[in-house]
Amino acid sequence: MPAGEKIKICQQCGTCTGSCPTSSMMDYGPREVIAAFRAGMIDKVVKSNTIWLCTSCYSCTVRCPAGIKITDLMYELKRLGIKYDLLPKDTRNPAMTRYFIDNVLKYGRNHEVGLMARFMLAKDWSMPFNFAGLGIKLFTSGRLPLLPKQIRGKEEIAKMTAYLDAQEAKLQ
Amino acid sequence: MRYLYYPGCSAESTGMAYDISTRALMEKLGVELVELDDWNCCGATSYFSVRELDSFAIAARNLAIAQQQGDEDLCVICNACYTTLAKTNRYMADSPHVREQVQGALKAVGRRYDGTKPVRHIMDVLVNDVGLEAISEKVARRLTGIKVAPYYGCQYSRPIGSFDDTEDPQTMDRFFEALGADVLTDFPAKLKCCGGMMMLTNATGAVRLCHEILKSAEDLGADVIVAACPLCEMNLEGYQPNVNKAYGTHFHIPVMYFTQLAGLALGIDPKQLAIDKQVVSCAPVLAAIPA
Ligand code: SF4
Ligand code: SF4
Repeated sequence: MPAGEKIKICQQCGTCTGSCPTSSMMDYGPREVIAAFRAGMIDKVVKSNTIWLCTSCYSCTVRCPAGIKITDLMYELKRLGIKYDLLPKDTRNPAMTRYFIDNVLKYGRNHEVGLMARFMLAKDWSMPFNFAGLGIKLFTSGRLPLLPKQIRGKEEIAKMTAYLDAQEAKLQ
Repeated sequence: MRYLYYPGCSAESTGMAYDISTRALMEKLGVELVELDDWNCCGATSYFSVRELDSFAIAARNLAIAQQQGDEDLCVICNACYTTLAKTNRYMADSPHVREQVQGALKAVGRRYDGTKPVRHIMDVLVNDVGLEAISEKVARRLTGIKVAPYYGCQYSRPIGSFDDTEDPQTMDRFFEALGADVLTDFPAKLKCCGGMMMLTNATGAVRLCHEILKSAEDLGADVIVAACPLCEMNLEGYQPNVNKAYGTHFHIPVMYFTQLAGLALGIDPKQLAIDKQVVSCAPVLAAIPA
């Protein structure tokens, strides 16, 4: 993470938590996440609902007086959660992330219908009901094409990530 | 005036009206958009959650193609695509490690990118290149009396802030003033998060965020909310019934891509702007625009 070392100079001022649209729903606000990170209590935070409630709105990042890229840190923690399988029980966000990426690897683009269908089948049976009215409207107005678009260079995506996998393995 | 154009994945499904109206609007303004050849998904927020470098490399494939395809700037319509692509440039410039790894990944697929392709949000192009005066001169139907709530959304100016302020962006306000609209310049929710992808994974939370935005627009008497991002537009428009159910409200506020409303002001036929694709009927807005 570029400029990750800045975490050390957090003043615990709470500007990030005060700016965060979802902090009131989080187990720990962004300020507490930074504190826990510095105290080496990362696993507690990673397992909480906090990082998966981060919407990447960047409010905290642009306001932090210490210039800490908190949004990037949230991404970093999401990555740790996925990598070490430290996921809060009730979060559905990691699955969505996974399906999104599968989509891009397969087609080179995100196919929204395929993504939603897979997500509903695997994770959320209630979603078709919540989504029914809207889904029908979107479908009839042509806003939900059933077939994915594929790019010509779709193998390039997998090749690039494989290259980066190999680079990472070399470093470790 | 000519730009390379990156529509983004949503432009092929839920956000297709954004793409359609963008092309119509730009044509009317004499701006040529050349679609980026074989562009791929920018990776959005999801790829950042797996490996930061993957996300930069995937985004950079588009930038590499752009550099090869032409000297024009790359024009982007979706806030999230814009931020992802612009952030890739920024991080490639700031971090030698990122630059080296991304260039290595591109090289593995026979591509090159030096990190310098300018990425421009369409609003940036309109306000700063085409110019408000030139746009104002082309207005066929001034939006007089239409109360427009400009909803910028998170990744419009955050975190990059290259063409507008991160805390108090103004470009969309100025743009609609140039079209004669009654812009709600004190719309307090203009930068509040709509929840983004959270609508699909934690609907309760996202509905709560959308409620705040819709309420703020309604309190000001907005006739229409304009958005500059397919995800924001979808959340604010499509989930009004869910908000109403959760909060006992009766929102039925038209939400348009800003390019659609601008197109109407320039006299473009509503069909060419895909206005019939909106979930909440825009008929009241159409009827209210002075002929
Ligand atoms: S805004 Fe920055 S300095 Fe203040 S608590 Fe948050 S991370 Fe620390
Ligand atoms: S980027 Fe995430 S942590 Fe920061 S303010 Fe937004 S939702 Fe909260």
